Amino acid sequence: MHPVMIEAQNIGKKYRIVQGGYITLRDVLARCIRDPLASFRKKINATYIDPKDFWVLKGVSFKINQGEIVGIIGKNGAGKSTLLKILTRITPPTEGEARIRGKIAALLEVGTGFHSELTGKENIFVNGAILGMTKREIIKNFDEIVEFAGEGVKKFLDMPVKRYSSGMLVRLAFSIAAHLEPDILFIDEVLAVGDDEFQKKCLGKLENIRREKNKTIFFVSHNTSAIQQICDRCLLLSQGKLVKEGKSADVLEYYLNNEGRLNISTSFLIDDTKEAYIETVGLFNENGFSTSRFATYENIYIEIRWTNREGVPITPNIKLINQAGISILLAFDTPADFTGHKKKEKGHYLNRFKIPAHLLNSNYYYLDIALNYHGICYDYKNYALGFSVWDPMDDKCIARGDFKGIRDDIVLWPALECSYEKISK
Amino acid sequence: MEIIIKPKKILSLDDFFELWRYRELLYFLVWRSFKVHYKQTFIGVAWVFFQPLVTAGVFSIFFGKFINVPSDGVPYPIFVFVGVLFWQFFSGALLETGSSITSHAALVTKVYCPRLLIPLSTVVVKSIDFFIASTLLVVLMVVYHYTPRFEYVIILPIIFFIAFLSAAGGGMILTAINVKYRDVQYIAPFFVQLLLFFTPVIYPPSLLKDHAWLLALNPMTGVIQSARSILFGTPEFNFFLFILSASSGCILFFVGIFLFKKMESSFADLI
Repeated sequence: MHPVMIEAQNIGKKYRIVQGGYITLRDVLARCIRDPLASFRKKINATYIDPKDFWVLKGVSFKINQGEIVGIIGKNGAGKSTLLKILTRITPPTEGEARIRGKIAALLEVGTGFHSELTGKENIFVNGAILGMTKREIIKNFDEIVEFAGEGVKKFLDMPVKRYSSGMLVRLAFSIAAHLEPDILFIDEVLAVGDDEFQKKCLGKLENIRREKNKTIFFVSHNTSAIQQICDRCLLLSQGKLVKEGKSADVLEYYLNNEGRLNISTSFLIDDTKEAYIETVGLFNENGFSTSRFATYENIYIEIRWTNREGVPITPNIKLINQAGISILLAFDTPADFTGHKKKEKGHYLNRFKIPAHLLNSNYYYLDIALNYHGICYDYKNYALGFSVWDPMDDKCIARGDFKGIRDDIVLWPALECSYEKISK
Repeated sequence: MEIIIKPKKILSLDDFFELWRYRELLYFLVWRSFKVHYKQTFIGVAWVFFQPLVTAGVFSIFFGKFINVPSDGVPYPIFVFVGVLFWQFFSGALLETGSSITSHAALVTKVYCPRLLIPLSTVVVKSIDFFIASTLLVVLMVVYHYTPRFEYVIILPIIFFIAFLSAAGGGMILTAINVKYRDVQYIAPFFVQLLLFFTPVIYPPSLLKDHAWLLALNPMTGVIQSARSILFGTPEFNFFLFILSASSGCILFFVGIFLFKKMESSFADLI
């Protein structure tokens, strides 16, 4: 039996929702003068529950053993990042207790403490120290860090990092983090950056760390395929509660079947400081019914309701992403409005996109939805919608015909136009 | 090594052990600010000399020459330079430390480290500036033919240490409040500016006659006056004033640490 490395008991975190961001001393003084007894009254009334209090996490308990790679999944706002911040001691829990045995390192952001004026070499030392490496460890691993970051970084090691491309910066930053030598490593979404090749390299590195050095890794990601690939076990968080834990494949399937499907329509909080914003998005079938499950022979309709508050030119667009995190297609509303003139007026709009039948293979898909125009992004909703395409394998499936096998390596399975003639006897 | 994560933490001895374990990070934070500081400004180190020199020059012309402010029998330029040197260290460190947590937001919200390192490193960076600028004082002492009283010179580091504690203490109080009430960073510079007149920088405390004791509450009074006694021989070294200033500096420092630790747990949530 492997020793327990992380033991969380009944962790809870309460936040207070403050209108408009920061409190100012001016406001507090003004309130004191207006109503001097307010805070006093609150103290007497012990049962008073503040409506502005909000539990981000509640009653989360689990154990993690040495040598495990554990993934956390859940929708945005499920409390994943908060849990990570509590375990890495960035913020304390409101209740509960966690015990962590061993040296920890956290990678919640790549390149924390990077300074654009400092050279790559100098930043390796500063960032390494911030992540918890000693000077001796940094010197020992220095060549390896540079090697892992790649040729480009190696060449510009004595240049200020403000001259680096964003890709180089990420490679350097991850490379430093990958050479930490903790017993437990916490990672949050960082793999979302960088190109595919580098992502693969990172995942490989994580595998290595785990297998060779018997380290424990705690991994938060949207990338379900990455989780499936490297995590043995998964925790699923939903609205601050731990709803399922177990083998990665099982938890992921449960997640995609239940929660992933729930967002057939989403209403967003309206931020009326923006020039334009998305209000609601929804998925519909041919008959106008809301659904998240489409057969391969069905058309998929995506409706976006949005507001142009300032009358700026805008092109609403959608991006389709599959379960592996690969962007499959991007579509603008330009066929409907090529000139862009119509959208300059203020007002409320409804855009309807259609993904034609006989195009997608059976899989789970997500949609990013954005309002932008010529490089200006007015509003952007990551993973706004999720749906599944299933394959009934019957006569209506003209793309597959009478082939009855499952091909999960295929992204698109379209019914392409194809001519057919006999050219000789 | 076992880490226990619990809801609220109060100040304990462990915090100081932890600071010691993280001493290398303190070094790197200081090193980073220092490097950045001297890379960004075109005139680099010159700025550190320029600031106190020009300030003391302007004060010498207006207060020394035209208004004839007394200076305990010491030539006014060198009298005021000592004051300006300590004052610029104190006010600069106080204000910069006062906004240190908010200006290191990435560090606070993305990694764990003893947060006390952040204000401390800021004061240390300012101290380095102070030591660099102090070399000018040596030059001025030679020019004006003053030799410090060597039997007391060992007290100079202690005097600086009091200034360090006061600036760090005040700065920690400010930065802790500033995280919660964001308007503090706009109010603070105004009060620090006023504080200059409640510190014997441009005038000797003897100018206030019977009310001179009022100044003694300000830890910087003892710091500047003691430094002058040691460097110039006048006024006579006031041991009582020195102790008073040392104790108020220590109190300020501990109140600062205490308040900072009390607020620390909420930093990441509030920023």
